[in-house]
Parts: sequence; C-alpha cells; structure tokens
Amino acid sequence: MAATETDDLLRFITCGSVDDGKSTLLGRLLHDAGMLPEDHLATLACDSARQHPDAPGKLDFALLTDGLAAEREQGITIDVAYRYFHTAHRSFIVADCPGHEQYTRNMATGASTASLAVVLVDARKGLLAQTRRHSYICALMGIGQVILAVNKMDLVGFDPTVFEGIRAAYQALADQLGIARVVAIPVVATDGDHIATRSPRMPWHIGPTLLQALEEAPLPQPVDGDFRLPIQLVVRPHQDYRGYAGIVEAGCVQVGDEVLVQPGKTTARVATLHVAGEPADAARRGQAVMLTLQPDVQAGRGQVLASAGAPCPEASQFACHLLWMGEEPMLPGRAYDLLQGTGRVRARITAIKHKVDVHTQAPLAARRLELNEVGACNLDLDHDIAFEPFTSNPALGGFVLVDLQSRATVACGRLDFALRRSANIHWQHMDVDKAIRSHAKAQKPLCVWFTGLSGSGKSTIANLLEQRLTALGHHTYLLDGDNVRHGLNNDLGFTAEARVENIRRLAEVAHLMVDAGLVVLVCAISPFAAEREFARERFEPGEFVEVYIDTPLAECELRDPKGLYRKARKGLLANFTGIDSPYEPPADADVHLMTLDASPQLQADRLAAWLAGRITP
Amino acid sequence: MAKPLTLLASGEGKNDLATAFRAPRRAFPELACSAMTGPAMPHLDTLEAEAIHVIREVAAGFRKPVMLYSIGKDSSVLLHLLRKAFAPAPPPIPLLHVDTTWKFRQMYALRERVAAAPDITLLVHTNVEALAQGISPLVHGAKVHTELMKTVALRQALDRHGFDAAIGGARRDEEISRAKERIFSFRNVQHRWDPKAQRPELWHLYNTGLTPGETARAFPLSNWTELDIWRYIRREGIEVVPLYFATERPVIERNGAWLVVDDERLVPRAGEQVQVRRVRFRTLGCYPLTAAIESNATTLDALIDELIDARTSERQGRVIDRDPEASMERKKQEGYF
Repeated sequence: MAATETDDLLRFITCGSVDDGKSTLLGRLLHDAGMLPEDHLATLACDSARQHPDAPGKLDFALLTDGLAAEREQGITIDVAYRYFHTAHRSFIVADCPGHEQYTRNMATGASTASLAVVLVDARKGLLAQTRRHSYICALMGIGQVILAVNKMDLVGFDPTVFEGIRAAYQALADQLGIARVVAIPVVATDGDHIATRSPRMPWHIGPTLLQALEEAPLPQPVDGDFRLPIQLVVRPHQDYRGYAGIVEAGCVQVGDEVLVQPGKTTARVATLHVAGEPADAARRGQAVMLTLQPDVQAGRGQVLASAGAPCPEASQFACHLLWMGEEPMLPGRAYDLLQGTGRVRARITAIKHKVDVHTQAPLAARRLELNEVGACNLDLDHDIAFEPFTSNPALGGFVLVDLQSRATVACGRLDFALRRSANIHWQHMDVDKAIRSHAKAQKPLCVWFTGLSGSGKSTIANLLEQRLTALGHHTYLLDGDNVRHGLNNDLGFTAEARVENIRRLAEVAHLMVDAGLVVLVCAISPFAAEREFARERFEPGEFVEVYIDTPLAECELRDPKGLYRKARKGLLANFTGIDSPYEPPADADVHLMTLDASPQLQADRLAAWLAGRITP
Repeated sequence: MAKPLTLLASGEGKNDLATAFRAPRRAFPELACSAMTGPAMPHLDTLEAEAIHVIREVAAGFRKPVMLYSIGKDSSVLLHLLRKAFAPAPPPIPLLHVDTTWKFRQMYALRERVAAAPDITLLVHTNVEALAQGISPLVHGAKVHTELMKTVALRQALDRHGFDAAIGGARRDEEISRAKERIFSFRNVQHRWDPKAQRPELWHLYNTGLTPGETARAFPLSNWTELDIWRYIRREGIEVVPLYFATERPVIERNGAWLVVDDERLVPRAGEQVQVRRVRFRTLGCYPLTAAIESNATTLDALIDELIDARTSERQGRVIDRDPEASMERKKQEGYF
C-alpha cells in the first residue's frame, strides 16, 4: 500500500538485552508488512544459508540489519542500523539499537532522535539489567512512550500470567522513570505472532498487534511555545545583506516581530524572512529559515534569537544529568567543549553530585564517571548561554561534551536547571585595572608555563631565568608546583583527578598575578595536554607562553634530584609521572628546550633574550 | 559582609543537600508535549528542513567544504537543497564531479547546464593517470574501474584541493552498510572509514571538530527513501536526467542485465544482439555498469506509481554491488564515497 504525501512520520527504536530478538523482530515486522524487496529477500536467504548451514531454509532476519562485516562475524549488533518503511497511514524511521552494554553510546545515538521505543523482553527471563539500562537511557533522551514486546511467548507455553507479570513489572519501572505511555504485546518474533497479524495461539491478548500499535501511537503534538531560533550561520553575500540562518526550535515568528539577541540585551525587528529558500511572511517550529533584522545588529553563531517579550533564561552554571561515553573517564575540573543549541563553549564539571545506578535508580557516590555511567553533575561554563531546561525544549536543553584533544564526543546530557549562584555573584568593578598596573611596572604581564617530567630541569631553568629578569628590572614571581602543594594545594594528592585540580588552581593563581601586572613563571609537571590548554585559555592572546623542558625519561631517572624515581620504581610511590602515570608531551609548545643540548645557564640566557621582546612594552 | 552570606544561602551546597535527602519518585519529569521530538510538518518538509540544517552545519563547521555532484537524482535534489540553504545568497560551496569518463551522454549534457548556472562553481576531476593506462570497465571489470576511477580519483581530488569536508547524496535506505553510517562521518588521513568507532551523534548536535589530517563526509539525505526523493522532485519541479524515464533505447543483454548502448565503446560480444526496448533507469552510474529496467513509466506520476508497487530494491541495477569482494563497507573503508 502506498503512503500519501502528507502522511506523518514516526521515529522509533528497537532496544533490549542481547539475544532478546530485536533484529529478528524488526526483520519479521518488515517482512510481514510487505516492505522487504525481493532481491533483499533473496540476498537474505543466501546469507542465512551461509551463516547457518545447519538450518536450511530458515531466514535469519538479524542479517538484514547487521550490515557490518564485524557484526556478521561476531553475530552481534555493534552500531545502530536505520530502516525505512511505510504503511497506508504512516511513514516510519526505525533505529535498530545494539544490546551490549559496551555499545550504549550507539544506543543513545539512536534514541536521541526517536519519540517511541520498542523494548524487547524475553518472556523466559523477564526484565534484565540491560532492559532497565535501555529504559533509563530512553527516559534520559526524552522518549515518552514504550511498546513493550514480550517475546518468545512460545517458550513459556503462551502463558498469560507470565506476560502479565512482566507487564506489571515494566509498568512499575516506567512509572519510576517518567515514561508516560506503555503498550504491552505478547509476541513470537520468529513466527510473526502479533507482529503484523493477530495470533491464534494467544487469543487472550485483546490489545493491538505490534504494527497496529506503531500505527496508532500518538505523535508528539508540538504546542507552540515562545519563538526560539538558535543562529546556525550568518550569511553575508554582500554589504547590504546579513542573513541569520537556523531551524525554528520553538514557537513562530512573523516579519515585524521584535526579537532579543541572546545572551545579550540587543533587540531588533524581523525585516525579511525566507523559509526553505522561499520568501515568506511567517515561519514556525521545525522550519529552516533565513531572516534579516532591522536595525542590522550584529549577532553570531551560538546566539539565540528569542521572542523579545518572553526570552530564554541565561546562565553559566547548571545542574545536569549526563551519560559519559568517553573511553577515558570523566574527571571533574577538566575542560571540555560543550555543544548546545548551535553554540560551543568551554565547560568544566565542577562536581559529581552522584552517579546513578541505572538498574535501581539509586544515587551512588562517585569521584569520576567511567564509560557508560550516568551522573548528576554541576557544570560551569566560560560564559553565559541562552538555554531552556531539557524538559521544556530539548533543542536548547540537550548538550554534548567534546574532548579538546581527540575531538571525540565524550558525553551527552540534559540541562536540568541553572544554579542560582551564577545570578548572585557579580563582577566587582575595579578602577585600577591590569593595563594601569602593568604600566606602573613598565612591563607587559606574562605567564611562562614550564612543563616537563619530574627532574627534567624546570625549576633550575626557571630559577635562573627569574634571576636574569629581575636583574633587568622586571617584576616577577616563580610559582612552583611543589611549593604550592605545601599550602594552597595541600589537600591534593596525585591521582588524575587531583592533578587536574592542581593545575586548575595554579592557572587561576597565575591568572591573578598576571592581572596584577607580574611576569609569572609557573613550574609544574602538568602532564595532561587538556589542562595546559585550559591554562592557556585563561589568558589573553600573547599572555601565555608554554615552555616544554624536554629531557628524556632515562636522563631524568639518572639525575633523580629528589630520589623520587627510585621510590617509584620500588613501588613506594604510586601515580608517578613517566612510571605509572602518563605524560602527554606538548605537540606545539611556544618554546621547546632540549636540555641535553645546552647547559641550564645557556638555556636561561636564550629564554630571557626571547622573552625580552614580549615583556618590554 | 553580605556577599558571603548570599553565596551560602543560594550556593550549590544547598542543592546537593536537597537532592541527597529527597528521593524523587521519578528519575525524570515527564516531557511537556511541545518538547518531544517529532514532526510539526508533513514528512517531506521535515526531511527538507533537516537536510538544509546539515548543509548549513557543513558551511559553519568546516574550513573548505565541497559538495559531490554525480548528476543522478540524489545529486539533483542535493543541489536544489544547497541553493535553498543559502537563498537569497548564492551557495558558498562548490560542486565536484569525479568523472570516470563513462557517464551517459545525457548526464554530461545536464552537467554542462548546471555548470553554466551563474551561482554554481563546478569542478571536474578525473584520474588522468589511470585514464592514460587505458583503465576501462569493459576491459578491467567493475572492481578495478570503480577503485581507480572513483575511489582513488575522489581521494586525489579531495587532497589536491585541500577540502576538509565533502557533502554527498548517499541515503541509508540504499544499502546495508550505509544504513549504519552517521550523518557526519569521519575519515582518517588516508580517507579510511572506521565503522567500529563512529562518533556518537545526539539529537541534531553535530560535533564537526577534526583532528589533524582528518576529513569529514556529510550526508544530508541520510533519512530520505527513494520514494521521498521522487516525491520531492515532483513537488519542487527539479530537473533530472531523462534516462530515469522510459523510452525506447538500444540495449544488449549481458549477465542477465539490460545495458544501454550509449556510444561506440560498448561493443556487442559474440551472441549479443542490439535490441530496442522500452527501458529506464532507477539508478545511474557508469553506463556499462548500470542496468536498465523494462518500464512504461514516461512521467513522474507513472514513475512514482511504479516505485510504490516495486518488488525489488533500487541498487539491484548496480553491477558493482554484486561483487562480494567489493562490498560497500569495504569500498567505503578504502575511501569510496
């Protein structure tokens, strides 16, 4: 049957534990709905025979969607597969999600664009850990309705009491998670019972078949809220046209409407409007628009155009829930890029309030989040953003975190609410500023950041450098990582988390000293590239110089001025950089000193000469 | 000293306590209706808006993007969307045709019309080294031809121009490994795809950051089906190559497929007869590698009706897909689009 051109579209996922039969269910659904082309069926028959020489003539529907060679070899689903079909009433996009815990991030990818989940449960096993995990992720991603397919009913003798027990258990879980609508269906995916046709083997089921349930599922009916347009792109073909392009994420807009550019206080009126390339008078939620403003104010990607009468809240600190998807654990204090709306802003997790046991929803204490763990955290951004809580607008309340080095997407999450702290702490105005202070000292302030292994010669060279700079009349301070650990940082150890916090504090102190107009020399192993990058970001361009003291590990061990390498090798000192804790050498330090090439005195002379031009006003 | 007090009363410590001691019945509050994902619009409008969004993300996120243009129906739709994405400004992204020199003459004719449009920059690249060696699909077969004239040629073109992102018209419903690919898909410095380590892609938040040497592919038509493409072509009045419509054409039957004799390079082998049949194409590639189907669909309406009743898939006519040693996944790993 043909779908009409004005039909609606339902996006859903299939999920559940491994071996509960997701791919089989989906294959059977496509087959029974008449949506498998003959050549695909022929290929499937051929593939099935090759994979299962012991079961001639039986179709292995999992092979329809497990399209990667590795998936076929291992007989598992690694990544989401998308399939497309339609019935007389509706078009469907279905994402077949992997069941293994290790591929949870791929499952989340599929769930994020869906409005319904088909959750599979094996009638013999009931709700498993993965059933609960997937349901939790569905709720986290904002999926509000579930079709519970209780599969393999033939293996429990089509017993309605087994079905009812699982249905009731799942309903309790759904209530706990805030999943509003659950439709439960007893099925046998391999044979097609209650998939597209009613099963004579389970006449006691009076509810819909799976296909009926999908066709009848209520589509989310968007109620128009207030106008929101995250600016995706500024299009400026010539001097007389400045177009703001983006998707209307809420509400509607007309030519002449007053909008606020957020974050900020600038308002303007919509002068012209294009919807999907055509001139228009009005646009509404979901449409791709290009508009111009009168007066022609300047705004950029990442800002939001919002109804002037009902703007978005703005904040830089948030309570959030996030799913950690990085191979490396999430460390509080480390800087990441946060993508939200169309913006990108530097962000840090300031606190993990607790992680969530996704099986019981119980909050657990945590100091870091590992791959596939969910946590309730506090977020601190470099500057304010316009946002809305995820529950009222996922487009402005959903975010991902990106690792600064690998550019990998390491987390996804939802902004729950702004922390009021950010609204109540204001910057106190100071009449004497950095420019005046540095003018008084007749120098340009600077942070010189020495990084390198323990024993590489950082402190020696920095010490000599400070002598030379002072002799030239400069105002300096040497901020030594070890010395600071005796006071300000005496609560920190040497775990990865503590090292991140150690560097954050050093960077903040150095930042204050640069603000005071000083030339600050910072000596710290600072082993992680991400933290050095964070330190650099705290300063204005030209105020930060990274000096890599490059001494081979063997040479450092030979020198061992504090006897630390010997202790570490004996196992008396854990988390020692270079031994059992990594050092990430800078790829593009401003200055790269190979200490084996020249004496510390000569290195300090060279460095002083190189810095002279940067310090002298 | 009012300030520290304010901090204490409203700081995060208070929130911590509240969450720790109040066990919420629900992990997440129910979403308001307006917040749920889903269409507020007819299906085609939703797909159109999503595709425009992806094209604009490419323009915003990359230094030097390009759009691959292969003259087929998907490319025609892509070009139409490219113009819409930036209207009333001209598209800031050039087109690139990787030319195997084996396209149908009517395809070249359409390409020239597109290239002549004042708002379009169209680059053409051919693997001239392979061409000089006389590589031909008729002599060397589909696998070698595709590898050298498409996969290698594409890598050459991307490297030569320094493009860091390429927009393509691939759709997930075309083929089983494409069904697995993200909308933004990344390639290492050798243009290789690692299907086992794809970036998570959440909502419509595309992480377009590249590490040194990495490049990206973007597929705005990922969620379109063949039927969506044709309905959109009809709705928007988009020009496509006439080969998609049935008419009488000279054909020979080879390996169970109808090949259209488009020029003198396709010479009938012993036992092969040039016949005239009423045929059209569902998909267009190099003409000796693309099979025609018998059809009476001479109009868009007839074509769409035929498609709705079709019992076979679109890529059935692609000779290259039948070679198990050259599966799409393997070709993509080697840098094929």
